[in-house]
Amino acid sequence: MRVGLVCPYTWEVPGGVQQHVGDLAEALMGMGHHVSVLTPCEPGTELPAHIVSAGGAVPVPYNGSVARLAFGFRAAARVRRWIRDGRFDVLHVHEPAAPSLSLLACWVADGPIVATFHTSNPRSRAMSVSAAALRTALERINGRIAVSDAARRTLVEHLGGDAVLIPNGVAVRRFERADPLEGWPGAGGAIGFLGRMDEPRKGLPVLLRAFNQLGRERPGLRLLLAGPGDPREALGRVDPELRHRVALLGRVDDADKARVYHSVDLFCAPNTGGESFGIVLTEAMSAGAAILASDIPAFRHVLRDGAAGALFEAGDPAALARAAGEVLDDPRRRRELSAAARAAVRGYDWRTVAADVVRVYETVMPAGTAHARPVTVGRADPQ
Amino acid sequence: MLADIVSTVTTVFALLVLLSFYVSWRAGRLDRLHTRVETAHAALDAALLRRSAVVLELAAASELEPASRVLLADAAGRARRAGGARERELAESSLSRALRAVLDQPGLREGLGEGAAPDGDDLLAEVEAAAKRVHIARRFYNDAVAATREARAGRLVRVLRLAGRAPLPEFFEIDDEPPDIGGRG
Repeated sequence: MRVGLVCPYTWEVPGGVQQHVGDLAEALMGMGHHVSVLTPCEPGTELPAHIVSAGGAVPVPYNGSVARLAFGFRAAARVRRWIRDGRFDVLHVHEPAAPSLSLLACWVADGPIVATFHTSNPRSRAMSVSAAALRTALERINGRIAVSDAARRTLVEHLGGDAVLIPNGVAVRRFERADPLEGWPGAGGAIGFLGRMDEPRKGLPVLLRAFNQLGRERPGLRLLLAGPGDPREALGRVDPELRHRVALLGRVDDADKARVYHSVDLFCAPNTGGESFGIVLTEAMSAGAAILASDIPAFRHVLRDGAAGALFEAGDPAALARAAGEVLDDPRRRRELSAAARAAVRGYDWRTVAADVVRVYETVMPAGTAHARPVTVGRADPQ
Repeated sequence: MLADIVSTVTTVFALLVLLSFYVSWRAGRLDRLHTRVETAHAALDAALLRRSAVVLELAAASELEPASRVLLADAAGRARRAGGARERELAESSLSRALRAVLDQPGLREGLGEGAAPDGDDLLAEVEAAAKRVHIARRFYNDAVAATREARAGRLVRVLRLAGRAPLPEFFEIDDEPPDIGGRG
């Protein structure tokens, strides 16, 4: 199948949509499909062969802040040329309500179009204000996907209609294998944490209080903390005689994240609430870490009620310490948890998610004529 | 002795008369300045409303591609809805910037050319004129505000409260650089 993906935001700036499009493209190519991605991109950026630049994005006030977007008749001409050259069986645009390439692609294309909606912003009035300008272009979309319930609600509220729910995938491959950090986990055992240090809902204080107890009982046990935020406040919560056993990494990139998951005997997610999915948890599962997490609903769901990772009562340091002690003392249980985590995360893997997306493609393509008529440039074609 | 008193009273009286003339002249001047500020403000308000109305029309009816239309509709809508003075300054500045981002494209007129409605070109000219009118009206308004604030800064005006209860007029500070439609130069 020949698939054309359109990303509305500039490629060299990291962002959720860009990451999603990049991962989806790789997963689709891994399944043997032909993929081309059209995206705004600063001239001079090195791009893989399947990523096509539509030129630089322009900073412009939109929706109450300044966004970098691609618009104007020159951008439209580039989209047109890309569609004509690509001869796609299906066009998959991302965030088509943003005034950028995806919207332009809907406007110029004629043929099967799938759109994925990422934004969940109930306060945004921008969509409804410009709904008239959007409607004509968005009417051409044959199948709509939302990445979360919130995104789906936003879509229904502003544009009407409905969408199928296909969540973001996890790039399991990116975390599957990594070298542990030098000297970790060590003989005395190690517990890991990854998340904002100064966001109470991430639950770091709960873990630190538990460590004050665990550290006294286990002389070699160490703690590995990664994530942005002020580390002094965190260290202040640890007993002074235990502080030298806490290692702080600050903000880490994906490669170092993977190493963190592989550097500890037990990965702890002590969140007290506010998580809807638990991306950190699925990454740790991809790495095959033995996991101990609070029993908030999202984690309970992802960890299959404790089968793919141990659970403790959210917000209770004593319960955390007890559960962590049990897992640390039992290497066989850790191996079992690790294997169960790897197996459970397969359901969230991009390879699985991409297969769901392909089913959407197949649904919007006219039956039996899959390769008969590619996406063309419609009425807006000046030729 | 009597002559002395008479001459002193006369002098004081003459001074008082002169002073009251001066004060009433100052008060009258202040009044004129306040009126000028009000007139200039009404003109500025009208120019801004007119600009957002024309931009909304361009966003709704023109042959522009939809991304530009959404950007213009969003910026113009926000400018119209903005509540307080500070919020309005921000929203109107954003509208100026969005207009420039969308309309400062070399060859825009030609690009719209064939597909455009017969009055498409006129609408662009109207947007350009409305943006320039905002630029001018804001200059005049701020000029009036500056003169008024200077007149009200005097000690006499403050001690005698000649400005009455009229609020001190505020400058209207925005980015009002008009777009260079079609990038002609």
